[in-house]
Amino acid sequence: MVENTSEKSWEQLDQLLNKYRGTKGSVIPVLQQAQEIFGYLPKDVLIKISKEINVPISQVYGVVTFYAQFHLEPRGKNIIRSCQGTACHVRGAKAVLNAIREKLGLKEGQATTPDLQFTLETVACIGACGLAPCLMVNDDTHGRLTPEAVRPMIDKYRNQ
Amino acid sequence: MTIKSLEDLRKIKAESQLQTKARKSNDTQIIIGMGTCGIAAGAREVMTAVLEELAKRNLNNVSVLQTGCIGMCQKEPLLDVVRPGEDRVTYGPVSPSDVPRIIAEHLVNGNIVEDLVVAKIPNKE
Amino acid sequence: MALVRAHILICTGTGCTASGAKDVLAKFDEELKAKKLRDEVSLVETGCHGFCEGGPLVIIYPEGTFYTRVKPADVAEIVEEHILKGRTVSRLLFKEPLTAEKVPNYDEIAFYKKQHRLVLKNCGHINPDSIEEYIGADGYEGLAKAILTMTPEQVVEEMKKTGLRGRGGGGFPTGMKWMFCAKSPGPKKYVICNADEGDPGAFMDRSLLEGDPHAILEGMAICAYAIGSDEGYIYCRAEYPLAIKRLKKAIAQAEEAGLLGQNILGTNFSFTLHIKEGAGAFVCGEETALMASIEGRRGMPRPRPPFPAVKGLWDKPSNINNVETFANVPYIFRVGAEEYAKLGTEKSKGTKVFALTGKINNTGLAEVPMGITMREIIFDIGGGIIGGKKFKAVQIGGPSGGCIPEQLLDTPIDYDSLIAAGAMMGSGGLVVMDEDTCMVDVAKFFLNFTQSESCGKCTPCREGTKRMLEMLTAITEGKGQDGDIEKLEKLAKSIKAGALCALGQTAPNPILSTLRYFRNEYEAHIYDKKCPAGVCTALIGYKITDKCVGCGLCKKVCPVEAISGEPKGKHTIDPDKCIKCGACMEKCPFKAIIRG
Ligand SMILES: Cc1cc2nc3c(=O)[nH]c(=O)nc-3n(C[C@H](O)[C@H](O)[C@H](O)COP(=O)(O)O)c2cc1C
Ligand code: SF4
Ligand code: SF4
Ligand code: SF4
Ligand code: FES
Ligand code: FES
Repeated sequence: MVENTSEKSWEQLDQLLNKYRGTKGSVIPVLQQAQEIFGYLPKDVLIKISKEINVPISQVYGVVTFYAQFHLEPRGKNIIRSCQGTACHVRGAKAVLNAIREKLGLKEGQATTPDLQFTLETVACIGACGLAPCLMVNDDTHGRLTPEAVRPMIDKYRNQ
Repeated sequence: MTIKSLEDLRKIKAESQLQTKARKSNDTQIIIGMGTCGIAAGAREVMTAVLEELAKRNLNNVSVLQTGCIGMCQKEPLLDVVRPGEDRVTYGPVSPSDVPRIIAEHLVNGNIVEDLVVAKIPNKE
Repeated sequence: MALVRAHILICTGTGCTASGAKDVLAKFDEELKAKKLRDEVSLVETGCHGFCEGGPLVIIYPEGTFYTRVKPADVAEIVEEHILKGRTVSRLLFKEPLTAEKVPNYDEIAFYKKQHRLVLKNCGHINPDSIEEYIGADGYEGLAKAILTMTPEQVVEEMKKTGLRGRGGGGFPTGMKWMFCAKSPGPKKYVICNADEGDPGAFMDRSLLEGDPHAILEGMAICAYAIGSDEGYIYCRAEYPLAIKRLKKAIAQAEEAGLLGQNILGTNFSFTLHIKEGAGAFVCGEETALMASIEGRRGMPRPRPPFPAVKGLWDKPSNINNVETFANVPYIFRVGAEEYAKLGTEKSKGTKVFALTGKINNTGLAEVPMGITMREIIFDIGGGIIGGKKFKAVQIGGPSGGCIPEQLLDTPIDYDSLIAAGAMMGSGGLVVMDEDTCMVDVAKFFLNFTQSESCGKCTPCREGTKRMLEMLTAITEGKGQDGDIEKLEKLAKSIKAGALCALGQTAPNPILSTLRYFRNEYEAHIYDKKCPAGVCTALIGYKITDKCVGCGLCKKVCPVEAISGEPKGKHTIDPDKCIKCGACMEKCPFKAIIRG
């Protein structure tokens, strides 16, 4: 079993499944909340969900791979979502993204730092276009960014 | 709170508007001089008295504003009453016990409380 | 209860929170308590005004003074000066970008003055977490009027009379949509609110959900009554956590008040609402894909007909509308269809909220009557282009839309005039671009977006967008060939004709419209191997001219040591080492470095 799938997490998953058993259309909310518990969606968790809510595992996988929000791999403690939407694009979001990559030392195609501190993703618009370029770290939105401003910001989260 | 009819809805609307009344400017205003000297002379207590009196009388079409020192420090605390289309009247020194009288006489009935008047600024219109 | 003499309204929408509004709020609380003013001054959290650019925003009533970019360190001064002594803190007032004039009052700012705020009326002016404040602002009166004095048929008729067209993109007449669903037989029907707001660069729906959630609920309830539904869903993107939180609270309050749930307003009309969080796929904004997603399946569009009005969520007749569409409904039923229809143009009624972003001075939400010109929006409300640069084009409708060039700025905007110009209303996102924007790069940006968001169900969209993106990439890298433009046009037409859903059908729009108005830029890339705007890195180079005095600053900033030269002598750039970052050009105090 994977390391952060502690006993407590499995208990929480049981409670979650009890809550949704028999509700129609529950696959996505169950996966969303299960991901919140485990940080990502380990294979064992998917198998259990499939059995308990009575949806074929193939369908569960289909859903997980379709939506950008679901992750099959472990992710960093802090999730940075750099906006590359239109408003941010025309105001220099690329340079901000590159500065984060460089600061985190991420190689091409790599999203999570080896120490599992950070995962870097891009999103298309977080609705704070007036403050472009922006990004979200976990649930906090940050705006009016520059490459210079993101470096200390990352340090702040690293030290938390 | 359960709303079962249009009347219920209207009642809640009226109550809520009372609370948010201060979010617009009213033509009738009470202005209190709250400069350093005013506060030293007891303007804060006057302000409290004004708010209490307005609440007691359910007067919610009056804006309570504050202003800085206007250079008549010896007459502080100062209180101005502005009624639409009338002269602006400055009272002072005002003590909290004068407040009910000013509100009842001037604000409600439109009669200036002459014995407390310091100055009158003619209405420009 | 003592009277409150002043209200301090602090915007805690997503934008202002990002700029630190929560700290400002806490500081106000602290300062007011310290000065013993907490009982006579009320602190109110509001939703987004659509002016996040100036955030954190603070408005103080009764004066209506509008403070912008307020920092916690400013709070003590505001309390001392404004609240206690009645003096405006003028350094925090909004400054007009064009005249540098300070404007104390909210309604006097050019950005707001030209707007006509019906839908956004409450945003920023009431506490969205308080149903009482919503009711105090005429809330739920439209619902009461509809269900207590009208039959469902009359409600549908009234809606038809308004001429309101859906604000989610297509512009389909809302009254007709309601009528189709009302006529669909069946005991079980659904009302769905599309709050997926996928267009990157548009945020009016987020603002509405955060700033006035009850208006959406009221609009949906009126719709439910009209079509005979007792259950509804709001499908909201997960990127909007604050909107979801406020919606949940609003639903709970409305249920407690008897304005949602069983036996609404004591009648036998019942309506319950659920919230579904989206899971991050643009295509889920398409109505059939959205319903598949609510059902817990992969969010892929399916062919229509059957339309949702006949066969929708769980195969039941369903009516789906956009957030802004629903937000118009309470107002309509309060003032009546006739009054509403006075606003706008003959075929596009009412107002539209536009999200102004890009290279513009005042970014934010602008609600204006249909039929206003783009010039008024960009220059009068938006305050013109940043840094006094030259306007080039404005992209409207996001990745499905098109661009409007300078020569069309004076066309009145409505659904039909935009289509005629090769663009579309879409969600109403307006991205303003100046002379430094490369139109080929813009087209590539949008195509990159649609290509990665294509669900892959049908070939023309899946493969066609990929092909087009490859060609555009080649063009921006200087590998474009004679005939590429014609090939792009042909491919665009076949995708438009062959794609199953509007994502594919509209994906070529940005290319077609940039080709229509900025063909010369494509030609410059292909034939001259030049990017006129100086954006496409492969096509630009940096050179040091004779203006160089040899100060050496450029040499210091170059990250790859591509610049050489002796102090006081002319410096040169080694083109083989240069990575074209542009840092040297920005730094040179003598403007000796040019791009070309
Ligand atoms: C790819 C795609 C994405 C869409 N995204 C949205 C969206 O984010 N929000 C929205 O309201 N409508 C969106 N639509 C339009 C919806 O399919 C639908 O027309 C709309 O919700 C109807 O509401 P209305 O009649 O009120 O405009 C999208 C359509 C397509 C094809
Ligand atoms: S047009 Fe594109 S997004 Fe729409 S169904 Fe086809 S592949 Fe999917
Ligand atoms: S910064 Fe400008 S003037 Fe100075 S050495 Fe470089 S090119 Fe020459
Ligand atoms: S553009 Fe960048 S890499 Fe090239 S010379 Fe200038 S600073 Fe160096
Ligand atoms: S485009 Fe970045 S927040 Fe909207
Ligand atoms: S969040 Fe405050 S104005 Fe938008």
